[in-house]
Amino acid sequence: MSPTSLLEDLFAYPFMVNAFQAGTIVAVAAGAIGWFMVQRRQSFAGHTLAVIGFPGAAAATWLGSNPAVGYFVACIGGALIIAALPHAGHIGGETGGVGEESAVIGTVQAFALAAGFLFVSLYQGFLSGLNNLLFGTITGVTTSQVQMLAVAGIASLTLLAVIARPLLFATIDPAVAASRGIPVRAVSGAFLVLLGVAAAGTSQVTGSLLVFALLVAPAATAVRLTARPDLGIALSVAIALMVTWAGEAIAYFSPYPIGFWVTSIAFAAFLAASAVSALRERRGRRRQRRTKEAVA
Amino acid sequence: MSNDSAVRFRGVSATVGGRTVWSGVDFTVDAGQFAAVLGPNGVGKTTLLKAILGLVPTSAGTISVFGHRPGADRSRIGYLPQRHAFGPSVRIRGIDIVRLGLDGERWGTPLPSWLQGSKGRAAAERVREVIRLVGAESYAHRPVGQCSGGEQQRLLIAQALVRRPDLLILDEPLDSLDVTNQRSVSALIQSVCRREGIAVVMVAHDVNPILPYLDRVIYLGHGGAVTGAPEQVITPEALTALYGTPVDVLRDRMGRLVVVGQPDAPPEHPHDPEAHA
Ligand SMILES: Nc1ncnc2c1ncn2[C@@H]1O[C@H](COP(=O)(O)OP(=O)(O)O)[C@@H](O)[C@H]1O
Ligand SMILES: [Mg+2]
Repeated sequence: MSPTSLLEDLFAYPFMVNAFQAGTIVAVAAGAIGWFMVQRRQSFAGHTLAVIGFPGAAAATWLGSNPAVGYFVACIGGALIIAALPHAGHIGGETGGVGEESAVIGTVQAFALAAGFLFVSLYQGFLSGLNNLLFGTITGVTTSQVQMLAVAGIASLTLLAVIARPLLFATIDPAVAASRGIPVRAVSGAFLVLLGVAAAGTSQVTGSLLVFALLVAPAATAVRLTARPDLGIALSVAIALMVTWAGEAIAYFSPYPIGFWVTSIAFAAFLAASAVSALRERRGRRRQRRTKEAVA
Repeated sequence: MSNDSAVRFRGVSATVGGRTVWSGVDFTVDAGQFAAVLGPNGVGKTTLLKAILGLVPTSAGTISVFGHRPGADRSRIGYLPQRHAFGPSVRIRGIDIVRLGLDGERWGTPLPSWLQGSKGRAAAERVREVIRLVGAESYAHRPVGQCSGGEQQRLLIAQALVRRPDLLILDEPLDSLDVTNQRSVSALIQSVCRREGIAVVMVAHDVNPILPYLDRVIYLGHGGAVTGAPEQVITPEALTALYGTPVDVLRDRMGRLVVVGQPDAPPEHPHDPEAHA
């Protein structure tokens, strides 16, 4: 099969065009927002927001409205609640998130999943929909959903572009950032809302349970490959796009769901990057030792 | 000289959480002077720095910073808070940390410097310059989490210096360093403050490694303070009166002062004067 006929084949159906458009928007937003999330060590919060999206979407379906709206309402609402908690900045952060708070969040995750299943069973005849909500689908993305994702994607990337520098400062060094007059709490809250939007959008491509594939894995891969912020963000977006496009294309030609492919490719990229950075570190240490010996 | 003074305290008291931490504190730090704030844990050293920054209200007396009330003009102050080191998970280069000191609070996105025109080049040049000043060239491009404690501290001092402040406020910058690094970082701070005419107020836990570099000491204890030039303040009489326990001040063979018996001194400084020689 030649590349052109492969592409023709791929986009023969409008649903695949929708899936690629949705995937592209989501990958750019998740790649950029995910980079900050990984630097802030808030992956756990990101996953929680995604899981909260599941009952939102299930409830929306049950009530006969658009599941995409359900994702956004639940995820942004969840983000606002986490932001309002005391020590919100610390959830999953350097200084906290491993103690009581993670127990609370774990409970919230379990409750969200259980509530989601309740809404699914209240809405009878929805069983294939359950898989789609949890593990993603390429056939289910509607044109109105793509439009909604585009609006959310542009809005969240604009907000991120406005707060990026103070956000980076508040992430790396909250005390110094606060002494410079950065409203650390407000910036952290705004970032949680961005994370909610990213989780809601990503859920619509990978399903609620597999958002890690686009929100965490590309960013964690990029961070292993470079410590430069500009390059890291660009790399994270590029990897997320690659993973999404490849995953969607393979899913189209295979009987297995998109969530599986996207997750597997993202995981492979992460493993490769970990190997590269381990090798680099070992080489760096050896070079240091050699310099020391040369000096001695 | 009072016109030149960077920081002036006149009968200042600080109340934190309804409790008076210290009161009646008087001192002056002039441009180009290196002052240390000393005393045991919990005595209110950090509170004193925050009072200079205008982050903690005072309950009596007056503070003036370059002739204005505290907090009026923070752009002339470089501040390094009390901290723990960056862990190995912090994946940002030292040079990026220094750069945040230049414009980190500005809204917007940090773009690569080649995208920012002449302003970006000037900023990048200033960052390189200050990294040279603290001698951090060889590790400024490594992830900061992989730098040693002393290297991280130099990078953070560069971050505090990058906007050419007139006053540097440092909270226990020698905290996690070994004695050799404590001396070299103190020497660096002193040389920067002399060369650039910057006033430095630094909190330290232990006076001995930094004593040779100091122009002013502010000893806090028992709700009050003794302040002045090191020769005036670092005497057995003054420190014994402040702490209410016997404190000795000895001279080692190089003629340097050594404080022995100050409460809460780190255990690695034995009460044996010969060991310091
Ligand atoms: N936010 C706060 N609320 C109440 N008490 C505080 C607060 N911050 C500090 N303190 C108290 O003020 C005193 C001085 O603290 P601090 O200035 O941090 O001491 P130091 O820096 O000398 O160790 C301590 O007793 C501390 O418990
Ligand atoms: Mg302190």
